[in-house]
Amino acid sequence: MVREITLGQFMPGDSVLHKLQARTKILLLIALIVFIFLCKNFVSLLLISLFSIAVILMTKISFMKYLKSLRVILFIVILTGIFNLFYGTGEIIWQWWELRITTGGVCNALFVIVRIALLMMVSAVLTYTTSPNDLTDAIERLLKPLTIFHIKVHEIAMMMTIALRFIPVLLEETDKIMNAQKARGADMESGSIFHRVRSLVPVLIPLFVSSFRRANDLAMAMECRCYNGGKGRTKMKISKFRLCDLAAALISAIVFTGVILCNVYFPIIF
Amino acid sequence: MPVIKAENVKFVYSQGTSFEKTALDDVSFEIESGEFVGIIGHTGSGKSTLVQLLNGLLKPTDGKIYLDGKDIWEKPKQIRKVRFKVGMVFQYPEYQLFEETVYKDIAFGPKNMKLDDDEIDRRVRSAAEFTGLREDQLGISPFELSGGEKRRAAIAGVIAMDPDVLILDEPTAGLDPLGRDALLSRIVDYHNVRKNTILLVSHSMEDIAKISDRILVMSKGKKYMLDRTEAVFSKGDELEKLGLRVPQITKIMLMLRKRGINVDPTILTVEQGFNEILNCLSGV
Repeated sequence: MVREITLGQFMPGDSVLHKLQARTKILLLIALIVFIFLCKNFVSLLLISLFSIAVILMTKISFMKYLKSLRVILFIVILTGIFNLFYGTGEIIWQWWELRITTGGVCNALFVIVRIALLMMVSAVLTYTTSPNDLTDAIERLLKPLTIFHIKVHEIAMMMTIALRFIPVLLEETDKIMNAQKARGADMESGSIFHRVRSLVPVLIPLFVSSFRRANDLAMAMECRCYNGGKGRTKMKISKFRLCDLAAALISAIVFTGVILCNVYFPIIF
Repeated sequence: MPVIKAENVKFVYSQGTSFEKTALDDVSFEIESGEFVGIIGHTGSGKSTLVQLLNGLLKPTDGKIYLDGKDIWEKPKQIRKVRFKVGMVFQYPEYQLFEETVYKDIAFGPKNMKLDDDEIDRRVRSAAEFTGLREDQLGISPFELSGGEKRRAAIAGVIAMDPDVLILDEPTAGLDPLGRDALLSRIVDYHNVRKNTILLVSHSMEDIAKISDRILVMSKGKKYMLDRTEAVFSKGDELEKLGLRVPQITKIMLMLRKRGINVDPTILTVEQGFNEILNCLSGV
């Protein structure tokens, strides 16, 4: 039951997107999201959508997987879409009592839906094509400048790595404890919601206890190997920017310029 | 009538995905009521999967498991009743403790059985006695107990359900030699008093040899053999091919026989071996 939940979303592959530096991907993703929200008319939105879909197809991961990532937020997308239908001005298409749908409202709704959907899917490109370790490493290096404000960037990255590393371990542990309690007749599959929540107590308490025990053991093991934080610590594998990173940045820059030009030369409707 | 009967049981993990793995294949056996059966096998031979199938925590992909002659999955909603009848102690069971007091933790199973308070109290106290927990320890938090005591409290939690069949998956793993012997002799005492069926999974051939009537040998997801303890351990060469050992004393006997000394190869304990060698020497 627990095993079916997938948390690590990374899907190994050998596409161009997999080969890019994690840092490149994070920075370009942030830029892309900013530009998705800078679109002011349908032409620029179309341009950025085509670019996003091209990127998604380049990952060589089934498009269905991306659509599935949308399923989580489907409710939010539909809800915000419906709300936006009733806001806005312009020609009235449909009216009932105080509620009216206008052309402006339809445009708003369309824009919001496309934006949220793109946002989710391009974010999925990053998590699908980058291993968690590369991701935390990239975050550590991108946040490095913050060390001058005495923010412990290395420690934060280390915590993230450890957290990610222990997700499968804890899942397995949960499975074991659930089985042990089920063997003692714990009933977790039937009854009211209140009953089910209460029936999780015999699972959660042992899980907490063993998490603390593991944390203690790990801290001890790290101390024994003289771990003392990020100061003076070197990396075994140092990631370097390559030609494909430069190419990705250039192509993205061209598309982003295109978006700005479209915003300037076509009528702004949003 | 056998208390547990497995019929062509097959189990496949994550069927239909790329992680598909057959853990058990065509396993059939019968276990009589009141037997003490040891289960041995190399890591990954399917022992743990097998015992989880027997009390309905896993559902066989194919084949059937009978408890007292009834298919346990006949009424899937009633599977909890099967779990009350077939008690299961997992590896490192002390990690399942969660209640405020040892007493409440042991009472968790009986409470789930919806027994009345007097019966629960009686069962908790008798389970604590069987496992050697002191009266005053029932009132404290299970997290204050020592490692060995925690293990006993967890086993008491299963014994308190008074199961007809008790399955123990490596109950002595990680205990010191004294604690191990103490726990095993408590299990044997419990078996002698209750006369119920016990299945013990273990990697320690010495322990298994000392206490089980019959031994089920698993290898690569299949039943390799199920036979009387002496008969299983007299096939030392076959067991070694499966990556298993025989008890050290049995091995000595087998080696003596290879050198032409006529000793009994079905010796299982050091005392028996001692006497056998004395007999042999006095015979010369």
